[in-house]
Amino acid sequence: MKIVVAIKQVPVRDSQLRIASSGKWIDQADLAYEINEPDAYALEAGLQFKEQHGGEVVALCAGPPEAAQTIREALAKGADRAIHIEQDTAASDPLATARLLAAALKSENPDLVLTGLQSDDLGYGQTGVILAELLSLPHATIIMQLEKRNGGIRVKRELEDGWFQHVEMPLPALLTIQSGISKLRYATLMGIKKAKTKEIRRVTAADLAVPAGASSVTLDRIYLPERTKHTQLFEGSPKEAAAQLVEKLKFEARVI
Amino acid sequence: MSILAVLEQRTTPAGPPEWNRMSFETLAAAQQFAAQLGVTASAAVVGSGIGSLAGELASRQLEKVYAVEHQLLKNYTPDGYVIALRQLVERVKPSLVLFPHTYQVRDFLPRLATALNRVAVSDVVSHRIESGQVVLVRQLFQGKVNADMRLAGDTPHFASLQAGAYRADQISAGTAAVEPFTPQIQPSDVRTKPLEVFRESQRAVDLGAAEIIVSVGRGIKEADNIPLVQKLADALGAELAASRPICDAGWLPMERQVGSSGQTVAPKMYLAVGISGAIQHLVGMKGSRTVVAINKDANAPIFEVADYGIVGDLFQVVPELIEAIQKAR
Repeated sequence: MKIVVAIKQVPVRDSQLRIASSGKWIDQADLAYEINEPDAYALEAGLQFKEQHGGEVVALCAGPPEAAQTIREALAKGADRAIHIEQDTAASDPLATARLLAAALKSENPDLVLTGLQSDDLGYGQTGVILAELLSLPHATIIMQLEKRNGGIRVKRELEDGWFQHVEMPLPALLTIQSGISKLRYATLMGIKKAKTKEIRRVTAADLAVPAGASSVTLDRIYLPERTKHTQLFEGSPKEAAAQLVEKLKFEARVI
Repeated sequence: MSILAVLEQRTTPAGPPEWNRMSFETLAAAQQFAAQLGVTASAAVVGSGIGSLAGELASRQLEKVYAVEHQLLKNYTPDGYVIALRQLVERVKPSLVLFPHTYQVRDFLPRLATALNRVAVSDVVSHRIESGQVVLVRQLFQGKVNADMRLAGDTPHFASLQAGAYRADQISAGTAAVEPFTPQIQPSDVRTKPLEVFRESQRAVDLGAAEIIVSVGRGIKEADNIPLVQKLADALGAELAASRPICDAGWLPMERQVGSSGQTVAPKMYLAVGISGAIQHLVGMKGSRTVVAINKDANAPIFEVADYGIVGDLFQVVPELIEAIQKAR
């Protein structure tokens, strides 16, 4: 069983974001990065599936050279090898990114492709599903559980409002994994040591010969949202702020 | 040039198909786009046995209502929907196709757009028209940054609309011609097999009925700190709720989760403690009458929807707040 897990590196969750002078993207200086959280759960699901059924886990990542940090972490946690598409896809549309991922997988023929349901930066929630279309694979999204069954897989999909659904499909297939569905493992010292000897295949967008098709959607600008609501903020010591808040809740909002 | 709204219905196990209520927000948006661009709006509903749902739309101001009907569309599958909608879009040739941003749309729309060599703009919160071009606004970085996306070049364009971004009560009445559309689908085209839809457990807690909700997020750091917010909830006579990560970690049961995958609430007061306010959480609570936020990050998106706020360490603020509430009551 060959399992490919597509992972992405994103700015750490609590980053203070500033808009770059171009107005097209955030200022990337001084930002710290980490694995996109849903992708960490996709990697965990891939590693667990391999432990149950054998085979190998290949980490696939499109990102700048600095994304090597996240790739090494995936290898330290147990991925067997990695493919790094060295291309800064930070502000790319999901079709452009998925085309790179699909091209890098051409020679791989995976049985199962996993990725997180969405990214914490762009938040399109599309790259995995687009990749399924480009690879002509059946797919399912927002997956909580997966198990092998009758030569294919059976997954538990999350629907809205507390509902779930089981779906069966043949392999090869692509799944996008929901965040928080299991406990994430830590890299062991042994794992970190082993990771240094594992293979990372580095390719560029040029190597993959993906045509840069003109997109029908262009990003005009990004900006910090204007407050649509006037929030009354209470300052001072915690005691003073709490007293002012209770005063307002009692006499202005009249909720207590 | 025309706008097509693809509406969502769900086939219930017991009864006839029912609308997903977000469909009406999409319908209202389609009418607004059409009016602003000086073009017509039409609607489509996909499924099997959806004739009466399509008929309900005949009294709305639309050019046409397409009833996309096929036995293989009875239960939702991404393959079935992509094939059917691709054929409809190629026949109708709309310039912009709008969808509600539901879990189901997230499952098939990227595939549909890719099949037609397009990129869908997902989770749109608003729009404007600039010199005849549509500019869609979507959120990045969990709602901390907005992006303006301009639709240009070849049509059709595709977009999904965030829950609550458009108002369902602004639909214009009128008349529409209902037209059946039968797509060509083979059983072998549908590769996934959907099984039963189920709920894990009966919901013992109905957060929808609570007048005051105290809700806790990642900022609480550890399970051992939950009693602190429980004490705050007790002081207010409130129900305790949580954002998704807290329920995923098992610190509170899933039935107390507020957000797109949990419950949608609109209490008199919603007090968010250590919740940054990711989009998925905000859609579940932004209808609350009074929103209060306590968070250490002044730029957290929760303050976008808060009426009152304290920027500070919840571990210092909450004990003081409990004391002040007890004094005030």
